[in-house]
Amino acid sequence: MSSILVIEQILNGLQFGVMLFLMAAGLTLIFGVMGLINLAHGSLYMIGAFAAAAVAGATGSFFLALVAALVAAAVAGAIVEMVVIRRLYNAAHLDQVLATFALILIFSEGTRWVFGSFPLFLDIPNALSGPVTLPGGIQYPLYRLTLIAIGLAVALGLWLLIERTRIGIQIRAGENDREMIGALGVDISKLYTLVFALGAALAGLAGALVGAIQSVQVGMGEPVLILAFVVIVIGGIGSIRGAFIGALLVGLTDTLGGVFLPEIFKLFMDSGAAQKSGSALASMSIYLLMGMVLIWRPTGLFGARA
Amino acid sequence: MRKFLFATVAAALCATTAASEVKIGMITTLSGGGAGLGIDVRDGFMLAIAQSGRDDIEVVIEDDQRKPDVAVQLSDKMVQSERVDIMTGIIWSNLAMAVVPSVVGQGVFYLSPNAGPSQLAGQGCHENYFNVAWQNDNLHEAAGAYANSVGYENSFIMAPNYPAGQDALTGYKRLYTGALSGEVFTQLGQTDYAAEIAQIRASGADSVFFFLPGGMGISFLKQYADSGVDIPVIGPAFSFDQGILQAVGDAALGVVNTSQWNKDIDNPTNAAFVETFQAEYGRLPSLYASQGFDTANLLISALEVADPSDGDAFRDALRAAEFDSTRGDFSFGPNHHPIQTIYAREVIKEGDVYTNKIIGVALENHADAYAAACKM
Amino acid sequence: MRVKEKHVNALVIIGLIALPLFALISDEPFTITLATRAVILALAAVGLNIILGMGGLVSFGHALFFGIGGYTMGILAYHAQTYTTLDLGLFATGGTEFMPVIWVVAMVVSAVLAYLIGLLVLRTSGVYFIMITLAFAQMFYYFAISWAQYGGEDGLSIYVRNDFPGLNTLVPIQFFCICFVILCLVLFLKARLQNSPFGLALNAMRQTATRVETVGLNPMKLKLLAFVISGAITGLAGALFADLNRFVSPTMFSWQLSGELIVLIIIGGVGRLMGPVIGACIFVALEHFLSGLTEFWHIYLGLILLGIVLFARGGVIGLLTGKEGAHV
Repeated sequence: MSSILVIEQILNGLQFGVMLFLMAAGLTLIFGVMGLINLAHGSLYMIGAFAAAAVAGATGSFFLALVAALVAAAVAGAIVEMVVIRRLYNAAHLDQVLATFALILIFSEGTRWVFGSFPLFLDIPNALSGPVTLPGGIQYPLYRLTLIAIGLAVALGLWLLIERTRIGIQIRAGENDREMIGALGVDISKLYTLVFALGAALAGLAGALVGAIQSVQVGMGEPVLILAFVVIVIGGIGSIRGAFIGALLVGLTDTLGGVFLPEIFKLFMDSGAAQKSGSALASMSIYLLMGMVLIWRPTGLFGARA
Repeated sequence: MRKFLFATVAAALCATTAASEVKIGMITTLSGGGAGLGIDVRDGFMLAIAQSGRDDIEVVIEDDQRKPDVAVQLSDKMVQSERVDIMTGIIWSNLAMAVVPSVVGQGVFYLSPNAGPSQLAGQGCHENYFNVAWQNDNLHEAAGAYANSVGYENSFIMAPNYPAGQDALTGYKRLYTGALSGEVFTQLGQTDYAAEIAQIRASGADSVFFFLPGGMGISFLKQYADSGVDIPVIGPAFSFDQGILQAVGDAALGVVNTSQWNKDIDNPTNAAFVETFQAEYGRLPSLYASQGFDTANLLISALEVADPSDGDAFRDALRAAEFDSTRGDFSFGPNHHPIQTIYAREVIKEGDVYTNKIIGVALENHADAYAAACKM
Repeated sequence: MRVKEKHVNALVIIGLIALPLFALISDEPFTITLATRAVILALAAVGLNIILGMGGLVSFGHALFFGIGGYTMGILAYHAQTYTTLDLGLFATGGTEFMPVIWVVAMVVSAVLAYLIGLLVLRTSGVYFIMITLAFAQMFYYFAISWAQYGGEDGLSIYVRNDFPGLNTLVPIQFFCICFVILCLVLFLKARLQNSPFGLALNAMRQTATRVETVGLNPMKLKLLAFVISGAITGLAGALFADLNRFVSPTMFSWQLSGELIVLIIIGGVGRLMGPVIGACIFVALEHFLSGLTEFWHIYLGLILLGIVLFARGGVIGLLTGKEGAHV
């Protein structure tokens, strides 16, 4: 196996990781600030992708499509927060699980009702299509490099937002002591709606960006949702930094595991069997990773000490 | 609730009136991610029933949600409560394997409009089971044969790590005579193929065969087109059917795929089918729709000759396959699986619509590899 | 109108006896199959409710035990039907088609797994516990998908139900009776458990962990025991579910199923003895009737579930009795 291939696979893992981060960041923020387990986060990802596909189909502009994805997901998130979630902050975790589970059903079939049962078309903009040659002669798709850049930029932006702005202070305060920020005169319900919409927008953005190289279809959000949960649990729930590290770990483990485990297995079994058992183990690898992290540190890498 | 009451009343009436009506049970996937295929099969099937003008055929349709346990329970319902004579509709092999053996074992006929797992074609074949679509390996074998005919000698092959995926690679290798530069199993439901594409780029292959049905295929084709790798791709029709081609777009243009049906197969039945389907539903039919349509027409042709209550006569009538197929010639092999011609098609763009065009024959009058193991 | 919880409970049991009998008289075997499905799902959820309701630990991976029970039945019956030996390394056996043996094996295997997994996962709590249980279930799910020997994603068909002495298990009402009796037995045991020293200690631990520690009980041991009992019951339900369908597949391990089990408990009412039973009946009935109405029935199912969360705190029992009851 050549070093070029290894570097390419690391880039792939990185790209997968930063996209997971966009999902996980919203999830972890919402949990950190409001203590809410939002199973419907995957639906917001799907809404972003469908909004982008619809707008791109109508206008032909990828940029407008991204804007539409952000807006649609943020609006959907804000509405969900105001109509449903707000009534559940004082409820048990379990009620939140059931409510957001119900929202998945409504969003998935609602989307199918509006857009039909077949996948939609959403493509990479021409300016970003095709591969570029990196130093060392590596051919790598420009769009995926762009995804890595956008992901890192969003991560930086989020960090600045949380560390350097007034809203960030309120968010951090909210994570530490919910009653306190109310006492300090912050409009909590506004803050909650804002955080929820922000998380939703990030999920919608991820859906639109990833939708361009994947299939925009009903149910696309759930597998990503599970992965995003794995990420925030590894990183420590509520921690943006943890979500970032966790996302990269999961992205790299999943990508490199899928490629190298079968190769390793080939050292001591025949090719076909090595493929089968290697890829079987690879599909379990991120859950193994999560299990090991939690056994080592029961509240994740950057979680608050329980 | 109304349906439930209706079934109760119907069951009560059954005892008194003569069984002149034929009852067909259709279990197919109508909700969730895989719904497009089930809807196509259902629409094609119901179109043929409507065109036959027979009002003595009752079709009970149920949604399996692509869950095997739900499918099994619905099949219990069809057999025990609805007392259907014939069943059809299942899309996925794993659901078919869960449902078909017990259904045919209880004396009900089953006509498969889509799935054709190898077990049901070989040792597990049954006199009441008829497959109107294909044995699962058929289109993959055709891809292997096509690869030979255009001189590919070093293929990279790829499928998800589950039984149908493993069968696909076996099917391709059955007729393909060249070497393999790589053989990869992906995860079921995988959406990102960057890692596999990098392997393809590094493999030195002269062709790529892949079986990635539904959304997996869309993702792969889009990412492959964007990767700059220009090794030719071939695959079975499942990643290139009418329903999903529009979502793949330019990335699929020019790709060769194998199918037993296409809308330009030149016969009057097919021309009429394509036209009336489009008029009725406002979209081009897919191969799934054609399979549903053929299944219903086979069924109607047999009903003209015999009543399902006379099992032997009805079975013979089905076996004769005296109906006008959208595929032209159609006959059953000894294991009740089709003997049919499989074409190589190329993805083209007609106006704004992506569709397929036949470019040649991959396998003529092809039967499946399991017929010999079937003792019926 | 407010009613007492025990009246609700009695009504449910009577309903579960009356409905299949009515279906038997009116010759509607599928209704019996649906009732059996509800009873088995209820049993699985009763198992989950021991760790969730009594222990206060939300396991999002109980499909793992459900699947283990299912595969135990599938593998044993498969080897018995094909007259092949099941090589377990230490010893080899021929499989079995005898239900009681299958149940015992399913419960033992589930319990042992619950013990081993519990040792690891019970170190965590709260959302971390939710997620690590999910992780274990996902590992088994992916393993089952690629486990070609027992069908992989296609699953494993058994074709005929296993045997129970003196009964023809393929007759829907007879199989229903088996499942119903087991459910009643387990409910009875659970009621006893709730009031036993163990149940009371578990209850105390859920509310304040330190309190039980100071009286000299080991919370880890308590939780582990609860997790093992919980896993064993859900495993038993899995074996029955597989027999109902005469089929097992990796979907029995899926996270959606884990979610559904939790949903059943919440619909009925968390921490109630009969909560899972009512929840399962309502869920199965909704699934059946709504899917007959429209292709997009999931929307209505979602809206109804949402309505239950927002307007029926404490589940349906809570709504009926006017008491929210135990919350986690």
